[in-house]
Amino acid sequence: MSTMAVDDVAVAPVNEGFWTRARKAGLVLTALGLLAVLLFPALAASEPARFTLSEDASGAALKINGTVGAALFGAVALAAGVAILAGLPKRWFTLVLGVGLVGFVVSFLCWQVSTAPAGQNFMPLVNIVRGTFILALPLIFGSLAGVLCERSGVINVAIEGQLLMGAFSGALFGSLSGNLWVGLVAAAIGGTFISLLLAVFAIRYLVDQVVMGIVLNLLAVGITGFLYERLMQPDPAKYNSAPHFSNWEIPLLSEIPVLGPALFAGNIFLYLGLLLVLVIHIGLFRTRWGLRTRSVGEHPTAADTLGVRVLRLRYRNVLLAGAVAGIGGASYTLALFSFTKNMIGGKGFIALAALIFGRWSPTGALLAALFFGFADQLATYLSAINSAIPSQFLAMLPYLATILAVAGLVGRVRAPAADGKPYIKG
Amino acid sequence: MEPGEIHALLGENGAGKSTLMNVLYGLYQPDEGEILVDGKPLKPRGPADAIAAGIGMVHQHFMLVPVLTVAENVMLGAEQVRGGMLGFLDRRRARREVAEVSARYNLQVDPDAIIEDLPVGIQQRVEIVKALTRDVDLLILDEPTAVLTPQETEELLTVMRELKAAGRSIVFITHKLGEVKAIADRVTVIRRGRTVGTATPEASRDELAALMVGRTVRLTVDKQPATPGEPVLELSGLVVDDDRQVRAVDGVDLTVRAGEVLGIAGVQGNGQTELVEAVMGLRPLLAGSVQLGGERIDAWSTKEVLRAGVGYVPEDRSVDGLVKELSIAENLVLDLYDRPPFGRGLALRPDAIKKSARERIAQFDVRTPSAEAAVGTLSGGNQQKVIVARELSRPLKLLIAAQPTRGVDVGSIEFIHSRVIHERDAGTAVLLVSSELDEVIGLADRIAVMYRGRIIGIVGPDTPREEIGLLMAGITPDPADAGANGATAGTDAGAPAPSGPGSEDEA
Repeated sequence: MSTMAVDDVAVAPVNEGFWTRARKAGLVLTALGLLAVLLFPALAASEPARFTLSEDASGAALKINGTVGAALFGAVALAAGVAILAGLPKRWFTLVLGVGLVGFVVSFLCWQVSTAPAGQNFMPLVNIVRGTFILALPLIFGSLAGVLCERSGVINVAIEGQLLMGAFSGALFGSLSGNLWVGLVAAAIGGTFISLLLAVFAIRYLVDQVVMGIVLNLLAVGITGFLYERLMQPDPAKYNSAPHFSNWEIPLLSEIPVLGPALFAGNIFLYLGLLLVLVIHIGLFRTRWGLRTRSVGEHPTAADTLGVRVLRLRYRNVLLAGAVAGIGGASYTLALFSFTKNMIGGKGFIALAALIFGRWSPTGALLAALFFGFADQLATYLSAINSAIPSQFLAMLPYLATILAVAGLVGRVRAPAADGKPYIKG
Repeated sequence: MEPGEIHALLGENGAGKSTLMNVLYGLYQPDEGEILVDGKPLKPRGPADAIAAGIGMVHQHFMLVPVLTVAENVMLGAEQVRGGMLGFLDRRRARREVAEVSARYNLQVDPDAIIEDLPVGIQQRVEIVKALTRDVDLLILDEPTAVLTPQETEELLTVMRELKAAGRSIVFITHKLGEVKAIADRVTVIRRGRTVGTATPEASRDELAALMVGRTVRLTVDKQPATPGEPVLELSGLVVDDDRQVRAVDGVDLTVRAGEVLGIAGVQGNGQTELVEAVMGLRPLLAGSVQLGGERIDAWSTKEVLRAGVGYVPEDRSVDGLVKELSIAENLVLDLYDRPPFGRGLALRPDAIKKSARERIAQFDVRTPSAEAAVGTLSGGNQQKVIVARELSRPLKLLIAAQPTRGVDVGSIEFIHSRVIHERDAGTAVLLVSSELDEVIGLADRIAVMYRGRIIGIVGPDTPREEIGLLMAGITPDPADAGANGATAGTDAGAPAPSGPGSEDEA
């Protein structure tokens, strides 16, 4: 009998959606571009907007007339939006979207900077970039802790608690010993302690992982708050005066304009954070540990039938995550501030958002953390120049972006299949 | 077991075949007894021990990580690595090994393909390759043909013969007699956790079946020819997506008439589930319409559909059919709890519920200590009878039965089949969906074969299995051949066929 494959048959008529994900993004970008082109130049002052390549008004600067700049970069955003809307080849999508968004932001900045009061109508790029990284740092550590946990199938809502515990024990033991490295190790152990509780209850006793995470956050606030009031407040000299890591300038690299002083003259935490992104990325996708971690997070039974010890791997990853987050917490108390009550202030939850926004990948989490850090830094800057835009609006941006991300507007977000599901043998 | 032997383990669902093999593979621990490998006792504490002892297993539900590549799945647990402690994956070596094994046993797979993009038959190949790269002497195949088309099954049997020729032993777990006769060297029959007999494949089907279930059973269903009446269910141009927003039903036109059983055959996952759920109002329609007795019901809620006289036996009884923690009596009124005589106003009437439960337990032969027992404590067959009892206790225009006898013992299968036919004879239209071809052939008056979301042919119940099998694999007879078969096809498909372009008449 001669045969014919069914694939050759004409497809039944279905209303194929015109509004693909790319087109929706294009539509949003076009709207933003229109807003920028029509509104920003009108509001901008016809004064020069200066973007200095230093920490203050001095030195070389990129200069553009506020009105012209706002119109020009707004047009870039608009053009990118229209191009995507018109149906751009897929491989160009990310690039054009990126260019368009940057155009929008720069157009916005041209408006803001040009209307700033005299003497403040400049934007120090070094400060902005450095501030972005500093603000992003706890998010980077936090979201990496999330990656380690959730890739192996344990939801980590306790990032906040791990960061806080790390910050606290770093400060406490750093002060007591007067040694930075003791403080750093203590911070890692502090974060691991919270992780251990998470691991035991989630893996061994099968407690709901989200509930457990929230409880642990409250526990960390309680413990550190109590000890802060009992120890640190009465005697800050003894208990809350940890030494701080100083900045290390990396020769040559720190000479690069803007990026050099912002990136290569930072403290150990900045380098450690960036290094960890790289290490975890390579580890996850190129090593035996990574393959096992991913398979345990996706299909633990399959891994088990091949002799991978699921529970042990999960324990190990969760503990490791705690150590990473703990060090992230210490990036506050061993480099910037002394410990204060509840000093993490929700950064752990933003880290969780960065993890999702970054699609559970280390590099994605880094980019998301930087984006959130930038929004944060911009809010600070705008309030400093007395902008008409309430800084609270910018502070909302990260959360808004996360909601859009989770709603699937920036590519399909798919968590590891076994994330949050306890593994019970047999 | 001897080297180079194919040993079939035959038994009903729930007879203990899989449990036995899971013990052998180290997933479960034995309470008593011992396992001998090459004369030495083996106590596998985990799959790793079993693999080390040369035992490999292909599980009924594939143990593959869907988002990883073939090579990654094959290497998992026994990774080829470089760089010592750091353990960098040596993908090139892994790929080469996959290629070698697939060439040696004629099991073609692409090492770089992502598992979730592969069809089931190929995924199974990956499973076999995975076991073979671990150098096993004994391969356990747990119900390997359950998800395959007849053609894929044929290919699998060929692979098994090649493995046998290469000196590997195979334990072949199944409840399909035909396959046992086709390939096994020796047959062990298991019933309720005990070995009840050993046989050679020369034994007749009836003998094996009798051994399997413990008494002689009829393998065919007694029924009179159908007398189809008015169309009851009419689907036209139905388009439905699955949970992942992938098209599952792609333009289906179908009519079921009063007093006939329309069987939908097809390998699982070709859109049957979504089709049924769309009709029941459980899943949104993207296009097309559903009519019940001439009235459009596609915008109706599930409750309205049920109230309009549709009975529904869902394919997964434990998830969709029953509330396991509730009692049998409560489960029996899940559809009518708010109607007299079972409910009045906001209150339930426990006496009426209990009385009706007792009647139906007797009528449908549900084996239970009491009507108050939680449904979850019953055996699969009895759970299914509870669902059937509930659905058949309303006056029906249409009965939709999806996989009505999956995981059900032979006794209950017979009972459920006879109830379905009884319902048909009472003038109800029946839409039967089953991945067991024998069940469809046995019960249906017309058979619609579903493939990749479409009905690619409607044939009569006397059509040879092989022809239906080809249809299930998506291969339709070309027009010249169709002429020869036209007589059957014409009378069966001809009557109701709505004028939809894509589905029924494409051959």
